[in-house]
Amino acid sequence: MATTERGSELRAPGEPLPPGATPVSTKKGFWAWLNKRMPVDEFIANQLTGYYAPKNFNIWYFFGSLALVVLVLQLVTGIFLAMFYKPSAVGAFDSVQFIMREVDWGWLVRYMHSTGASAFFVVVYLHMFRGLMYGSYRQPRELLWVIGMLVYLALMAEAFMGYVLPWGNMSFWGAQVIVNIFSTVPVIGPGLVQWIRGDYGIADATLNRFFALHVAAVPLILLLLVMLHLVALRRTGSNNPDGIEIKERTRADGKPLDGIPFHPYYTVKDVVGVGVFFVIFALIVFYVPTFNGLFLEQPNFEMANQLSTPAEIHPVWYFTPYYAILRAVPNKGMGALLMLLSLVSLLALPWLDRSPVKSIRYKGWISRVMLAVFVISFVGLGYLGLQPAEGLYVILARIFGVCYFAFFWLMPFYSRIDRVKAVPERVVYHAH
Amino acid sequence: MPISARCKKLTALLLATVMAAGAAGATRAQAADEASDADWQSWTANTNVSDTASLQRGARDFVAHCLGCHSLKYERWSRLGEDLNIPKELLAKDLIPPGEGPADYITSPMPEAAAEKWFGKAPPDLSLMARARSTDYLYQYLKTFYVDSDRATGANNLALPQSAMPDIVASLEGLKIPVYKSVETKGPDGQMTHEQVFDHFKQIAPGSMTPQQFDQFVRDLVNFLDYVGDPQQAMRRAMGVWVILFLLVFTWLAWLLKREFWKDVK
Repeated sequence: MATTERGSELRAPGEPLPPGATPVSTKKGFWAWLNKRMPVDEFIANQLTGYYAPKNFNIWYFFGSLALVVLVLQLVTGIFLAMFYKPSAVGAFDSVQFIMREVDWGWLVRYMHSTGASAFFVVVYLHMFRGLMYGSYRQPRELLWVIGMLVYLALMAEAFMGYVLPWGNMSFWGAQVIVNIFSTVPVIGPGLVQWIRGDYGIADATLNRFFALHVAAVPLILLLLVMLHLVALRRTGSNNPDGIEIKERTRADGKPLDGIPFHPYYTVKDVVGVGVFFVIFALIVFYVPTFNGLFLEQPNFEMANQLSTPAEIHPVWYFTPYYAILRAVPNKGMGALLMLLSLVSLLALPWLDRSPVKSIRYKGWISRVMLAVFVISFVGLGYLGLQPAEGLYVILARIFGVCYFAFFWLMPFYSRIDRVKAVPERVVYHAH
Repeated sequence: MPISARCKKLTALLLATVMAAGAAGATRAQAADEASDADWQSWTANTNVSDTASLQRGARDFVAHCLGCHSLKYERWSRLGEDLNIPKELLAKDLIPPGEGPADYITSPMPEAAAEKWFGKAPPDLSLMARARSTDYLYQYLKTFYVDSDRATGANNLALPQSAMPDIVASLEGLKIPVYKSVETKGPDGQMTHEQVFDHFKQIAPGSMTPQQFDQFVRDLVNFLDYVGDPQQAMRRAMGVWVILFLLVFTWLAWLLKREFWKDVK
């Protein structure tokens, strides 16, 4: 038995160090050598075993760690795809078929990447919905929310450019439509579109630069933003389903009464979530990789063709709520502006909510109804964005669009007048 | 008359002659159930991609009837042989065209530029057609050719009107013409209008196959194209079971571990 000084090996996992103390590693050999040169133990103590999270997380708190898992999955599968993919208008489509048919396990890597793209958005949307429900965007986590929204925007850029790379016919026409949205920018619009495309139409130059952005520029930005998201989270700590600040009630040693060390408690819990996620993920990859044309669309099994337009052009499902808003407005410029506003609304959320409580558990019926209306509108718009823009579909898109904006821009009023319930002193937790 | 148009006329004439000759000798029962022709849009291919015998027949029929014009440019002969359990000697003797080897991709000998001149549109590569259009569509397409003297090819199609493809299955299926029925509909102005709606096909000349044989022929072909569209799909499905079983066991163990740790949390 080695030394037994306080703050070293007798500490239980997660038990805090005395304030200001640097963890002294009693380990020998390589680990000691490493720690003299790099604060490995200190990092683990600060970020994992000594980082306290509320103990009352529910199922909605799996999606943050899952988003990180999917990010890694996309990076790894993406690197392998990039080894065989040819970023040119002539070679792209054929190289994807080469990956699918002749590269060992290429089909698996490609299906994991294409399914991963949709899974990323599923996970991120659920993660954001968690934030909406429990008021995770509220003071002091406004910046955390804003950085998260920037991650979401970067993800949209990443997904859009990745979607163009296989150079299928829907990729091509979808890119045409989406890039054209920038033509509504006053004065510089047409020049801007040409600058983005690098040609007079979506062409080889566009594909080549989208490849560069998709595999290098945007992933770097994404990683940086995700890191900042986690750094900001370390400062404020996680919110929880009760919307109570656990830091306000602490033990004698300064650690929150309702907190538990992230490691091992939430690492082992998140591994269960990752397991469940991969079961569903594998079901899709092995049994319905195209997800009935929602993840991989039928027209994308034909090469990009300037002379043949798919029957219905629409972006992939994760963009369709915004696309439905764009098309609901007769004026293209106004449509683009509203689409921008629908994203800005999410960004502005921390300053729109004036409720005295954070969590939906203690908000009144108006907030609950409005949140339900928002979810129905968002899903409804997503569905309508996949349908042709005609007749009843357009009318419904307008109604859902108004509901979408009402949720945000009426919030300063309804969140103030809504009758709230008393928030308990401590988080609600039932031991298993 | 421009050369291309003259070519088309000539092709149509040739085809019509061949069909008539083929039709003269054979006898063929009327399509068993003409009444169901009207809902051709809901016909399903009903194929099974793990039925290797069907895939082998489909490959044989593809080489005999389709490869003259259509390629499968993403599939190699060797891959076809391996996946469909066709012995190397048989593959070389019966399927691979002279001058080509097993490592070659399955390509049609027809020059694309000439094909475009002859048909107005080069015959598309069929490697991914089952995925781009669906197997049901291919089945409906191959079963709804009919005689149409207005077309340069002498044939038209319900699933793909004005199709540039001649009715190459006519010698097997025979010749058929569409019979329309008059349907009264109320127009937007309240006036009753008569509309001609397709009702059923009428066989005018028999082919070399019975309707059942022809149906099996089309299903085998479509099944084969489904395989070519996604060659490892059978293997993928077989493998998925084991991956998911592993993940379920992993998740169960992870849950046991989690439960053990969380006993401390009060």
